[in-house]
Amino acid sequence: MTDQAQLLPGTLDLLILKAVSLGPLHGYGILLRIGQISGSALLIEQGALYPALFRLVRQGLLTSDWGTSENNRRAKFYELTPDGRKRLQEETEGWNRLASAMTSVLGAQPEEV
Amino acid sequence: MNLGGYLRSLAHKFFHRSAIADDLDEELRSHIEHRADDMERSGMNRAEAQRQARIEFGARERFKEESFEALGGDFLNTVWRDVRFALRVLRKSKGFAFAAIVTLALAIGANAVVYGVMDALILRPLRVPQAGSLWGLENGDGSGWQSYPNYRDFRERNHTFDDLAAIRMEFAALDMGSDPDQATGWSTSGNYFDELRIQPFLGRLFHPQDEKGLNSAPYLVLSYPYWHSRFQDDRGVVGRTILVNKHPFTIIGVTPPEFRGTLAFIAPDFFIPIIEDVDGENILNTRSINNREVFEILGHLKPGVTPAQATADLNAIGAYLEKTYPKEVDHKNYTLGRPGLFVFSRPAQAFVGGLMLLAGLILLAACANLGSLFAAHAADRSREVALRLALGSSRQRILRQLLTEAVVISLAGGALGLAGSVALLRKLAGWQPFPGAPIHLPISPDTRLYVVALVLALVSGFLFGIVPIRQVLRTNPYEIVKAGPVGQFGRRLTARDVLLVVQIAICAVLVTSSFVAVRGLERGLHSNFGFEPHNTMLAGTNLAMSGYRPDSWIPTQRRIIDAMRTIPGVERVALVNNFAPLIYAAGNTENVFKDETRERSQSHVASMSFRFEVSPEYFEAAGTTLLEGRDITWHDDKSAPPVAVVNREFAHRIFGSVPQAIGKYYRMQDGTRVQVVGVVEDGKYMSLTETQNAAMFLPFLLSPASQTQVLVRSRRDPEQLASAIRNKIRELDSGLPTDIETWTNMMEVVMFPARVATMALGILGLMGAILSITGIFGMAAYSVSKRLKELGIRMALGAQRREVLGAALGRSVKLLAAGSTAGLVLGVLASRVLASIVYQATPRDPLVLAGVVAAMLLLGLLATWIPAQRALTVNPLLLLRED
Repeated sequence: MTDQAQLLPGTLDLLILKAVSLGPLHGYGILLRIGQISGSALLIEQGALYPALFRLVRQGLLTSDWGTSENNRRAKFYELTPDGRKRLQEETEGWNRLASAMTSVLGAQPEEV
Repeated sequence: MNLGGYLRSLAHKFFHRSAIADDLDEELRSHIEHRADDMERSGMNRAEAQRQARIEFGARERFKEESFEALGGDFLNTVWRDVRFALRVLRKSKGFAFAAIVTLALAIGANAVVYGVMDALILRPLRVPQAGSLWGLENGDGSGWQSYPNYRDFRERNHTFDDLAAIRMEFAALDMGSDPDQATGWSTSGNYFDELRIQPFLGRLFHPQDEKGLNSAPYLVLSYPYWHSRFQDDRGVVGRTILVNKHPFTIIGVTPPEFRGTLAFIAPDFFIPIIEDVDGENILNTRSINNREVFEILGHLKPGVTPAQATADLNAIGAYLEKTYPKEVDHKNYTLGRPGLFVFSRPAQAFVGGLMLLAGLILLAACANLGSLFAAHAADRSREVALRLALGSSRQRILRQLLTEAVVISLAGGALGLAGSVALLRKLAGWQPFPGAPIHLPISPDTRLYVVALVLALVSGFLFGIVPIRQVLRTNPYEIVKAGPVGQFGRRLTARDVLLVVQIAICAVLVTSSFVAVRGLERGLHSNFGFEPHNTMLAGTNLAMSGYRPDSWIPTQRRIIDAMRTIPGVERVALVNNFAPLIYAAGNTENVFKDETRERSQSHVASMSFRFEVSPEYFEAAGTTLLEGRDITWHDDKSAPPVAVVNREFAHRIFGSVPQAIGKYYRMQDGTRVQVVGVVEDGKYMSLTETQNAAMFLPFLLSPASQTQVLVRSRRDPEQLASAIRNKIRELDSGLPTDIETWTNMMEVVMFPARVATMALGILGLMGAILSITGIFGMAAYSVSKRLKELGIRMALGAQRREVLGAALGRSVKLLAAGSTAGLVLGVLASRVLASIVYQATPRDPLVLAGVVAAMLLLGLLATWIPAQRALTVNPLLLLRED
């Protein structure tokens, strides 16, 4: 557990959008996908996923539809809307800018200043 | 998302709540199944996998709740669910809900009734166009009377009013050929309707150009209600002739339905021009200070003129009039007042304001009561609250739930109280407190009343709803679930204790005030009026109504007196001009001067004195004690020198003492020299609350009046006597309307304010008593129920009944004592407020103090009786076995 990073506030939405952008997923699938692509480095409390999903649906970034999962169970699948795709792109760019800025700040050496 | 779509989704969510809930449930279940599938694949058995998956998922209810909220528009849903839950909870604790709703219904109902009356009498402007700029002239002494010539001067000399109109009362017989009717009308200046901007409903109204001197405009305008009830909406009455006191008038029109004149409590039946003389009194030329014939002067201010400017303007005219007519005009500082209540506005405002304050106190006491009930209720539910907290509910949700319960109760109570008060107000609106007196309360419950009740309900709901909040916020779920609710009954003063003390203090104030009021009324009823109203019948006639000429008035009145004497069982008969003391506007006043005073201007007045004109034997018929000298006789007529009987106060003021007064002289305003031949005891003349006034009784033979009352003293049954009197008068003149009532009944009008005040305060006091019973009972019952186990142990260990009682109820009794003492002290301090409402109110009355203490003790005893019984019948064995 200790090597799993705490989520920064506000990053859960971005993670969900990214996960869903790779193809329609149901709730549990989204958790698995995030775990898989982050190498299990990011911890998401399972229940906390759903309020976030509903919020994104309400904002019109995701749509949902019932379907059948790979386990042959009924599940609700989420898909990115065009608005959602645009938002993902913006948020990704914003994140990258922040990340590179943070990286360069944290990587600064005494002689570079 | 656009707004329309959002609203649609909101509505969709609201009405399809259960569909969404099912959807969400299924989705979460599907999630857990998928997780369990994975775990099963890694070798767990299915049941264990499902259990594990559920644990991993976390607080499902909380996430469900948050998901709902994330969906947006969930506020309504939450509220709706809270309301339904609240209803379920309340259904489970019916007694609690019932007590709370009834308490609130009473408190809010009382407030709504008082507000309704206040709205009708004080807050609401008159229903005339541009009521905002309409003002009436008030004399500095709290009255509004003026003589007609003074009115003319005010109208012509002012620079600040559009115009000034004048009104006076006219009680007259209306006759259209059959079935004559006594009606109340106003005679008004010709410009009255124009100044008020009133348009006719039918026909036309009269105007200034109709006035061409005395009796030049015999036109009569009907009010809509009178036209409706008496003429059944017959449009044909316009143009027809009607007799007013036998004088022919032409009906020219009807005023619109919403117009009820310019007084809040007397609605006129008809209007005639003020220049018409229908009662044998030509008021147009007499400026004398005693000729106070114009009841009120009113008008619209010119645009841009402030009331202060208008007041200065009127006072300048007053000063001019006093200088020009020093004998006739007495100028006090004039002020402007809102027409409607007019000179009654200050006492009415004080009274209604005082009632509103007390009603507010009732509501506050009810809130304190419900607050402690709620806190107790919440404490009893601490296990439920703890469970919900443990299951992941947020404290905010729980508080919202508790507040919802409070608001549901307060709305139910408010609705009930409002319904009751609307019924009561409707009754009040149709109420005729005195037969024959045209009192009309313009009460109509409307939206404002509903809004006030709603706001009061919501505010009180929040007030008592927030009491348990601290308690909930402090709840530690794990402790309570483990150990069960533990009552904290240390010596610490809890919020609940404070609330109870506050509540009882307020109730004690109310109980004190109602005791003070009842005592005041009792004293008023049994105080010395200076006459004995019991066993006396008053027969009022107005000879002008039957068309008698002034020179035939006195002979006719003598015939009436003689006829009364022939009725068997009648002991004394006498007559008084206008009205007997304490009847309606009995008080004619006049300035008197010392004999040696040569200049009779207002600055040399020796005393203002009530003036009654009476027949011989009046004092015996009225039961007034003659202290010294002689009665008025039939020889004191126009051929004899003028004499008077005065009261003790008069004798003291003018002559120094009673014996010194006999045979001495004083002078009237017009210079007449009057000899005092007798002195009678002091009395009340116009109102019960007046300070002792001087009074003089003059022979009626000297001043003929068409309006008189005959006093008939007899021990016979009043109804038989009344019909005998009526028959005798009919024998003399079958067409003369006669008004026969006992003196005591006629005095109801004077007693009315005191009675109403006492009734209102009595009801509020009773409500205070009920509230203190429920408050103490709730507290005592609760503390006994919480400590039953402890009491059981005490009893098992051998405690005596007294010790058990002390332990169970000591605290309640102490709080009761503290609250009552505080309330009693406050009640005594509030004596000033009460004194303005209630006649002879003095809380420094040992009987009142003892009464309040006894009442509070009794209430306390009553309220703790059942809990005490319960504490004493505890069966320790049974109790300790439980849990």
